[in-house]
Amino acid sequence: MAVKDAGRAARSAKRAPAREPERQADSPELIQLLTPEGERVEHPDYPLDISVDEVKALYRDLVIVRRIDFEAIALQRQGELGIWASLLGQEAAQVGSGRALTPRDMAFPTYREHGVAWCRGLDPAKLLELYRGVSHGGWDPTEHNFHLYTIVIGSQTLHATGYAMGIQRDGAVGEDGEAVIVYFGDGATSQGDVNEAFIWASVNNAPVVFFCQNNQWAISEPLERQSRVPLYQRALGFGFPGVRVDGNDVLACLAVTRKAMQAAREGQGPTLIEAYTYRMGAHTTTDDPTRYRLSAELEAWKLKDPIERVKQYLIRTWQTEMSFFDEVEAEAAEVGVRVRRACLEMPDPQPLSMFDNVFTSETRQLAAERAEFAAYLDSFVAEEAAR
Amino acid sequence: MTTLTLSKALNEGLRKALEDNPKTVIMGEDVGKLGGVFRVTDGLQKDFGEARVIDTPLAESGIIGTAIGLALRGYRPICEIQFDGFVFPAFDQIVTQLAKMRYRSLGTVRLPIVVRIPFGGGIGAVEHHSESPESLFAHTPGLRVISCGDPADAYTMIQQAARSDDPVMFFEPKRRYWDKTDVATDAPLADALPMDSARVLVPGTDVTVLCYGPMVRTCAEAAVAAASDGRSLEVIDLRSLAPLDTDTIFASVRKTGRCVVVHEAVVTGGIGAEIAAQVTQECFYNLEAPVLRVGAYTTPYPPSRLEEHYLPDLDRILDGVDRTFGY
Repeated sequence: MAVKDAGRAARSAKRAPAREPERQADSPELIQLLTPEGERVEHPDYPLDISVDEVKALYRDLVIVRRIDFEAIALQRQGELGIWASLLGQEAAQVGSGRALTPRDMAFPTYREHGVAWCRGLDPAKLLELYRGVSHGGWDPTEHNFHLYTIVIGSQTLHATGYAMGIQRDGAVGEDGEAVIVYFGDGATSQGDVNEAFIWASVNNAPVVFFCQNNQWAISEPLERQSRVPLYQRALGFGFPGVRVDGNDVLACLAVTRKAMQAAREGQGPTLIEAYTYRMGAHTTTDDPTRYRLSAELEAWKLKDPIERVKQYLIRTWQTEMSFFDEVEAEAAEVGVRVRRACLEMPDPQPLSMFDNVFTSETRQLAAERAEFAAYLDSFVAEEAAR
Repeated sequence: MTTLTLSKALNEGLRKALEDNPKTVIMGEDVGKLGGVFRVTDGLQKDFGEARVIDTPLAESGIIGTAIGLALRGYRPICEIQFDGFVFPAFDQIVTQLAKMRYRSLGTVRLPIVVRIPFGGGIGAVEHHSESPESLFAHTPGLRVISCGDPADAYTMIQQAARSDDPVMFFEPKRRYWDKTDVATDAPLADALPMDSARVLVPGTDVTVLCYGPMVRTCAEAAVAAASDGRSLEVIDLRSLAPLDTDTIFASVRKTGRCVVVHEAVVTGGIGAEIAAQVTQECFYNLEAPVLRVGAYTTPYPPSRLEEHYLPDLDRILDGVDRTFGY
């Protein structure tokens, strides 16, 4: 009997219709302020007072980060980078949320947050160092309040929550307060660390915003492999609000993140934001998405492009001149050239530098190993000289 | 000078660390009102408040992960992992994040975090409460791994660990929590032996016996027993497992020509194996016998009714010493 039931359960699970991404995206809870056609719409909970110049600035960010991404993919194809994790399609989620931060807020990224990095003012060349294999990142997180990229999925959510607990202990919550934003993807929501971070943030009422870019794919695994409920609804079980925003709508991402960050700064605790978007490219340059997903899906999402809708909005509603778009293109091209040059001119690190910064002060053991390796390297020089 | 148990000595040391630096926080499971299952943090929450002595949710990865975040914000967390066998949910955060973050940041980040772990057996506990996982951490670059063997060292070493700007794995010999000795609580910390130095506990001439944590007392007792047989053991408390104080180890072995390493941990791939390799390399022509290890067999920790057979004791140490004379 039990066996039979189990079999039936398995069959019915197989027969259960896969949830349609389209239907989810169009569901009433998706917060949107700019339609894919570029039409400005209002949402009662997220009024956004934004000038045309501010929209233009967002447009510029979107175009430039796509250009950086494009350049990096090209550099990888030419053998200059070992790998690259493209943000294509996720520009609005990253720029909208990134521009919602104040300089004092702290951001904890994954390895795909090139758009957030841009918004925080980090030199894009620093990102390339990691993917070229010149460093593991190596920027000072305090310089732009932008932590190092975290490669292991979800680990940084705990770091962000701990940092937020530090903000609380510093008495920096309240009026003129500070908050933390942490980025992760749909796949990460299955990690224990992410769920632990939700618990920690909740019971401590920590000033942290969990920004999940649901790009529908964790390498080859669709969202159905991670969750039976819409991700933003998970927050309810942990005791804090969750919202789903159109991740391809830069205005909505800006408004929703601003509100959540402000709530956190004021002491109202965490929010989970699910930015509903799509990974237009491969997981990384080593991935081949044609093995696991249909091109029709990609075509459907192309119609929701995060940049094109802002352009249409600027043209139709604000009668923006084409010269503006040309200027942005030209600037993006310049950034691309600069990034390319920085990549090609990047020196390899010195061999002995691998012994640096293991500890705050070098141990005797490391000093001995460094000396041993230096002598070994020198032996080749001596051999060469003897020839 | 006061007489303290090892548990109380740690408690006093932690109190000093909290007094010393307002950024120091203690976090762990049951460390607040209860004072920890071994009472090591007894009374600290009452005196320093819930913001500085934090009862955390029951998730070890969360303890270390949020401690990293607190450290990035300028705090100095001292985390308690309740028992040795419970460290593994936190293993990823310790090995993947804590140990490497400074390196990844090219030195821009420092993580002054202490992870306290009661370790070792001998208390008749159930499974997962008697393990000795220290070599897993000593194998991991970026971590300092230390262990105290008596109340005096417990008192100073926990304070030194709290002042370290590097991550420190602090292994506490749980079966020695109730051992009592005199502790110079009024002596300046600056005069104390650095936490990465070994200490010659019992000077001797015939065999070097290396140990740490719970085996320190056992080896000292073995030295007394050996002396009655006319054998002079030099007992060294390693104190630091990463880095090892090899200068002290090599100097002793060059003098005695014989070396036995004693630990509760499994011998395979352990601290003793590492020491044997290094001593063989550096003291090859001084050795009268191979370096021997006395430790646990390569089995999981057995049910506690068997632990007296599993753990090294005085007789097994003396047997190891005797065997070095068989070559």
